[in-house]
Amino acid sequence: MTATDTHRAIEAVWRIEQAKLVASLARQVRDVGLAEEFAQEALVAALKRWPETGVPEKPGAWLMATAKRRAIDHFRRNKLIDRKHAELGHEIETEEDPVAGLEAALDDHVGDDLLSLIFTACHPILSAEARAALTLKLLGGLTTGEIARAFLVPEPTVAQRIVRAKKTLAEANIPFEVPRGEEMAERLGSVLAVIYLIFNEGYSATAGDHWTRPQLCDEALRLGRIMAELAPAEPEVHGLVALMEIQASRIGARIDRNGEPILLPDQDRSRWNRLLINRGLAALERAERLGGGRGFYVLQAAIAACHARAASADDTDWTRIAGLYAVLGAEAPSPVIELNRAVAVSMAEGPAAGLEIVDRLVGDKALKTYHFLPSVRGDFLARLGRFDEARGEFEQAAALTQNAREKTLLTERAQSCARGEMPDR
Amino acid sequence: MRFMMLMIPAGYESAAPGTMPDDTEQVDAMMAYNRSLQEAGVLVACDGLHPPSMGARVRFDTGRPVVTDGPFAEAKEVLGGYWVINVASRDEAIEWAKRCPGAVNETIEVRQVMETDDFPQEMQTSLADFEAMQNR
Repeated sequence: MTATDTHRAIEAVWRIEQAKLVASLARQVRDVGLAEEFAQEALVAALKRWPETGVPEKPGAWLMATAKRRAIDHFRRNKLIDRKHAELGHEIETEEDPVAGLEAALDDHVGDDLLSLIFTACHPILSAEARAALTLKLLGGLTTGEIARAFLVPEPTVAQRIVRAKKTLAEANIPFEVPRGEEMAERLGSVLAVIYLIFNEGYSATAGDHWTRPQLCDEALRLGRIMAELAPAEPEVHGLVALMEIQASRIGARIDRNGEPILLPDQDRSRWNRLLINRGLAALERAERLGGGRGFYVLQAAIAACHARAASADDTDWTRIAGLYAVLGAEAPSPVIELNRAVAVSMAEGPAAGLEIVDRLVGDKALKTYHFLPSVRGDFLARLGRFDEARGEFEQAAALTQNAREKTLLTERAQSCARGEMPDR
Repeated sequence: MRFMMLMIPAGYESAAPGTMPDDTEQVDAMMAYNRSLQEAGVLVACDGLHPPSMGARVRFDTGRPVVTDGPFAEAKEVLGGYWVINVASRDEAIEWAKRCPGAVNETIEVRQVMETDDFPQEMQTSLADFEAMQNR
C-alpha cells in the first residue's frame, strides 16, 4: 500500500468511525468539544503511524484506545495543575475522578451514544446554522471546507461557527444524554428540523448558481436513516425520512440538460428514482402505523406521496392534497402552508378558488420577501387571463429570489405575460 | 455513489441444493454486520442466494439459447449473496467490505453501480425510463 492509499484508507475509516468515536468519548468526558479534540488527536496519530505500520485490523478500536489515552493524559495533567492550585490554597475538586471513569467505561450502547450526540449537536441553545454545521462535522464526517462549500460561506465562518458552538455547549453545561418525556418531544423537533434544513439546503439552494447540492441531500438522508434506526418508535422520524426519500427521488428529473429547473408538473416521471420512492412510501407507512398521521413531517410526506403515486401530473389527487394541507395548517398554522394549500385548491377547483386564498395572504409580514407568493399569485392571474397583473407579480418574484436559475425562469414568465401569452412553464 | 459488494464463497459452486449456513454464530455475526451498515445509514439492499445447483444457466454460444441446469461443472467462482450500499467513495465501500465477518473461503468483490449519468449523452434517450423499470 502506498502512502496515498493509506491516507485514503484513513479518510474512509475516519468517515465511518468518527461519529461513534466522538459520541463514546463525549459520554465519558461529558464535553462534546473535548471529545472531538481527543478524537482529532487520535486521527493525527493514525496519520503519523499507519503509513509505517499499515492500517490496523480493527482501526476503530485503535482510534478509540488512542483517543482515550489522550483523554486520560489530559485529565492527569489537569489534576496536577489542580493539585498545584490546591497547594496555593485553592479548593480541591471533589468531583468524581474522570480518569477512573474513563478507564472503567466500556464501548457499550454506542447506539445511545450516537443518539445523545445528535441531540447535543442539535441543542436549541445553538443557532440553526451552528446546529447544522456541528451536526455535519460531528455526524456527517464532512470537513469544515466541505461544509463551507456546501453552504456557500467562507471556510473561516464555518470554522468559527463550530468552535463557538462547542464553546457554548461546554459553558452552558449541556448534559450529554437523550432527553426524556416532554423534553424529548421538544428536542426531537430541533433534531429533525436540522436534518431537514441540511436536506433543503442541498435540494433547493437558496443562493448560488446551482439548483441542487446533492452531497447535502445524501448526508441529510443518511442522518435521517440513522435516526430511524436509533429512534424507531418516533413516527415523526419516519415521516421526515419518508419526506426526504420521496423528494430526493425527483432530484434527477428537476433540471434539464442546460441546468434549467423543471417544475413538478413538467417532470419526466420515468426519471423519478423508484428505489427512493418505495423506501419513502415504506417509511410513511411505518410512521402512520405508529399513529403519526397528524405529525408535521408525516403530513408533508403524505402530500409528497400523492405526487409520487400519480403516474402523470394529470392523475394527481389534488383534492386529497388540499385536504392534507388543511390538516397541516390546522396543526401548525403558517402562511407558507396556506400558500401551498392555495395551489392545491386551484388545481382541484380552478385558479379563482386559489386566488381567493392567496389574496388573503397578500400583505402578510412573514411572506414579505418570499418570492413564492407573487410567483403563485402570478400563476393564478395568468390562468385567469389577467396577464397584465400576472406580469407584475412575476417581476416582483424574480426580484425577490436569490437563486440565479429561478430568477431567469420567473423573468421569462413575466415576458410571456407582457406578450399576452400564457407562460409555457 | 452506490456500490455492490459481491460475496463469493469458494466451494459454493458445488454446494448441494438446499445448502444453508449451518452455524448460528456465523449468521449472528453477519446480521450484526448488516445492522452496522443499516445504523450507518448506508445500506440499500442485501440478499443471499441459494447455490447454483438449484439454478440454471442460459448460454448463447450457438446463437440460440441453451439451458443447462446447475451445478455447472466449469464454474469456479459463483455468487453467494450481495449488498448494495450508498457511500461517499470507493475507499469507503472497501472499508465497509473489510469489516464483513467473512470466513476463510469467502471473497468480497466491490463494484461500483452504473448510474444513468455515467452513460454517454447519445444513450440518455434510450435510458429515459431505466430507473423506473429497475423498480429497485
